[in-house]
Amino acid sequence: MLRYLYADQLDEFPQLRDTMFRDRADQFKTRLNWDVSVDENGFERDEYDDLNPLYVIWETPQGTHSGSMRLLPTSGRCMVNEHFAELMNGDLINSPLIWECTRFCLARHATRLTANALMLAGGEVMVGFGVKQCVGVFDQRMIRIYRMIGAQPKILGQTGEGKDFIGVGTWSFTDELRQRVAKIAGISPLQSRQWFDLAFGPDQRLAQVG
Amino acid sequence: MKDAPLTQLNKINQIDLIFTRLDKANALSDLDPIIRDLRDGFCVDHMVYHWVNAKGAKLGVGTYSPDWVQRYLDKGYLRIDPVILGCAHHFHPVDWKNLDWTPKAARQFLSDAIEYGVGNQGLSIPIRGPQGQYALFSVSHNCSDDEWAAFITDNRRNLILLAHYFNKKVLEIEGDRMSDPRAHLSPRENEALTLLALGYNRAQVAQTMSISEHTLRAYIEGARHKLGAMNTVHAVACAITSGMIIV
Repeated sequence: MLRYLYADQLDEFPQLRDTMFRDRADQFKTRLNWDVSVDENGFERDEYDDLNPLYVIWETPQGTHSGSMRLLPTSGRCMVNEHFAELMNGDLINSPLIWECTRFCLARHATRLTANALMLAGGEVMVGFGVKQCVGVFDQRMIRIYRMIGAQPKILGQTGEGKDFIGVGTWSFTDELRQRVAKIAGISPLQSRQWFDLAFGPDQRLAQVG
Repeated sequence: MKDAPLTQLNKINQIDLIFTRLDKANALSDLDPIIRDLRDGFCVDHMVYHWVNAKGAKLGVGTYSPDWVQRYLDKGYLRIDPVILGCAHHFHPVDWKNLDWTPKAARQFLSDAIEYGVGNQGLSIPIRGPQGQYALFSVSHNCSDDEWAAFITDNRRNLILLAHYFNKKVLEIEGDRMSDPRAHLSPRENEALTLLALGYNRAQVAQTMSISEHTLRAYIEGARHKLGAMNTVHAVACAITSGMIIV
């Protein structure tokens, strides 16, 4: 199932939290060899994890991480403005209605369903909170994933080619896109909405019991 | 609550005018009549802004009755208010309906609030400002669930933008209180200020950093904003005296 958890809520799900940070190390350090830091626990964390971001996490029936992404409003500190401004020729993005999505991670055992569910979750957040767009930085690998999911970004800027490609793009979510992504995913829009409501609706405290 | 199309347009023009006044405000006392007029413009019972810090409400501007404000302070409601607890340094807008009203203290607080005219419906927008600043912008009203749902659909985005703009204004007015030597500059902002401090001109800094001058301007502006500085020279001076950059 999909969980929506702020950093300050992660301690209620210690196994989910730990497997997420370890899978991030596996994906971004081990497999992609990005310039990220892994601590003595095997967790990959950066400065943005300390800003109380909102994580969307796919939880397996065993309670472990299978995929996740991290959200922060661009009205505050965010990666794209602080580290990738060149790609946007200095036109920083600064709006409470535009959220940044980073650390899109899929565990080695993750199925296609996970990636699809995460993209749908992005849509729920936009519809549920009035967010107009999501912005993200991505590499060549992610372009294929977006195409597979059925939700491709509008590219604002880019640099490099092949393995060195880095792009900045935005996603909006029309109802039509949402239906399409849900259909490709094989997840009903109702199910997707239920996971969102479990986290933020009137019975959200039931979700925190785990 | 739903107006005919013509009055909708008038309402939008009305709110636009109030935004202009907000833009021109340069004292906290200016904000009081503005928030009242915004409240009227959105046709709700109450509109409130609170800058919240660890010790309590740092400052507030809003339309609640002074009696309710006093009551809230006397009863120490800040500690149990589900809105404060529920919004908790998060950043998504919260319909009060989705908060936890089950604890006894919360239920007593709710009936008290309703008695003082707060309204049975509410929407709170958390705002995270620079250097860990945190504020809440709330609207509340007395109406049915359906009417409130419709209101949120129609107005939420504008209220989110208004909330953040209002906070920006307050920070501008209270600006000097925000200057924090522990402000965090990004590596690129740090690099830009360091090179400027060393005496490079902007063209040279941009070239050294392999960025356009347009991008450089963005980094300098970002640093200036974080430091609460008035201009580039001031920003460099702040950064040096606080030890953020070393030259």
